Amino acid sequence: MSTTPLPEHPAHLWRNPEPRSSYDVVIVGGGGHGLATAYYLATVHGITNVAVLEKGWLAGGNMARNTTIIRSNYLWDESAGIYEHALKLWEGLPAELDYDFLFSQRGVLNLAHTLQDVREGVRRVGANKLNGVDAEWLGPEEVAEVCPILNVSRDTRYPVLGGTYQPRAGIAKHDHVAWALARRADELGVDIIQHCEVTGFVKDGGRVVGVETDRGRINAGRVGLAAAGHSSVLAEKAGFRLPVQSHPLQALVSELHEPVHPTVVMSNHVHVYVSQAHKGELVMGAGVDSYNGYGQRGAFHVIEQQMAAAVELFPVFARAHVLRTWGGIVDVTPDASPIISTTPVDGMYVNCGWGTGGFKATPAAGWTFAHTIATGSPHPLNAPFALDRFVTGALIDEHGAAAVAH
Amino acid sequence: MLRLNCPWCGPRDETEFHYGGQAHVPYPGDPHALDDRQWAEYVFYRDNPKGPFAERWMHATGCRRWFNAVRDTATYQVLATYRLDEPRPDVLSEGGTR
Repeated sequence: MSTTPLPEHPAHLWRNPEPRSSYDVVIVGGGGHGLATAYYLATVHGITNVAVLEKGWLAGGNMARNTTIIRSNYLWDESAGIYEHALKLWEGLPAELDYDFLFSQRGVLNLAHTLQDVREGVRRVGANKLNGVDAEWLGPEEVAEVCPILNVSRDTRYPVLGGTYQPRAGIAKHDHVAWALARRADELGVDIIQHCEVTGFVKDGGRVVGVETDRGRINAGRVGLAAAGHSSVLAEKAGFRLPVQSHPLQALVSELHEPVHPTVVMSNHVHVYVSQAHKGELVMGAGVDSYNGYGQRGAFHVIEQQMAAAVELFPVFARAHVLRTWGGIVDVTPDASPIISTTPVDGMYVNCGWGTGGFKATPAAGWTFAHTIATGSPHPLNAPFALDRFVTGALIDEHGAAAVAH
Repeated sequence: MLRLNCPWCGPRDETEFHYGGQAHVPYPGDPHALDDRQWAEYVFYRDNPKGPFAERWMHATGCRRWFNAVRDTATYQVLATYRLDEPRPDVLSEGGTR
């Protein structure tokens, strides 16, 4: 694995301007998706009179709370389309943004522990190949070759029966990704306004014409919501409902260790996913806490279960210490697929519902959301992810490939 | 860890319970009268408030009965628990939001 030292930060990242009275586009939410949307609005569509409003600090929500995993091995054509587009954008972004955010294509293993897991995995590898996504099915011995610290013994409660492997998948330093996008968007004229909470929306007839904030009214030609867990709170203020439920999702890191874990390992069945950060922490996540919540914290028993699974899969972790745990708030849809869509309010667009997996999609979410906002209609890649699928029934059921239960 | 007061068994830790989502969502009175949008509302749309929320829980490792709770989704404070045949109690969160 990479032992590259962390890159130095550029001296200048972004301005902190006062909000102006009016913008062509206002993006609500200064996380990765909001910043990527602003970046592509400027670079692809030439729209630079844009504000990104963030109620806290830049990229301090889910962008700073995820486990940084990037992959595109989803089952359905619609998902493969958008996540693989994201992966291709990731592969070019460090050069394009001139910022080494340590995108490391160290591969992802999705383990199978039951016969049904095996069948699902083999099927998904076939579907991935048909969609041009790199994927392989590995038996237990091959899994152990990719990740020698994994326990593939038959004498465990849930033995590793094999796994899918996507070599081009990997991790990146999430905060650096946000800063890289913010710096370029800022240079292109986008105003990134932190500590500015949207408290309501200004409408004229059925059309949104501005936002109310705790720093005053800001007029807007168009408004894009990219507020992850709080999307339904905002939608309610705008007068419509979203089919999402907000849940706490927890993650944790260990103390620093020497490089020991060469890839990313995910297990849906025993419910843990693990990689090793560039600095050396073991980064682990599990599923969401069952109840709705906005508290950015969850219950300890979820951590206990994920640690039990991790120690059985990786006996070498048994003496590692947990350094820090935290929670983010994810918005979960009924089919475990995102919503990038027009809304019942003219001029208002929504990007939400990424559940536990929004980070990997950051560039494609921004790319398709920028297109939707700029043109008023979806890009072919996000057309299937519209709100009306819950009425037509054309759901994109990715509960299997979402890789954690939610 | 939440502590929920089962109406039959008394206070128990969260690990004994199974979560069931929003409470008080009645099955449509005349299902044949619903159009696709109304069915979507019934099947896929639920409230998702930041604040007090009436929700269902089941005491999975105890009496295995369902009950309702009003819980604040911002503070995780459990404001009330009550039987399914009881109306939602009129409770306030600390700070006075409803």
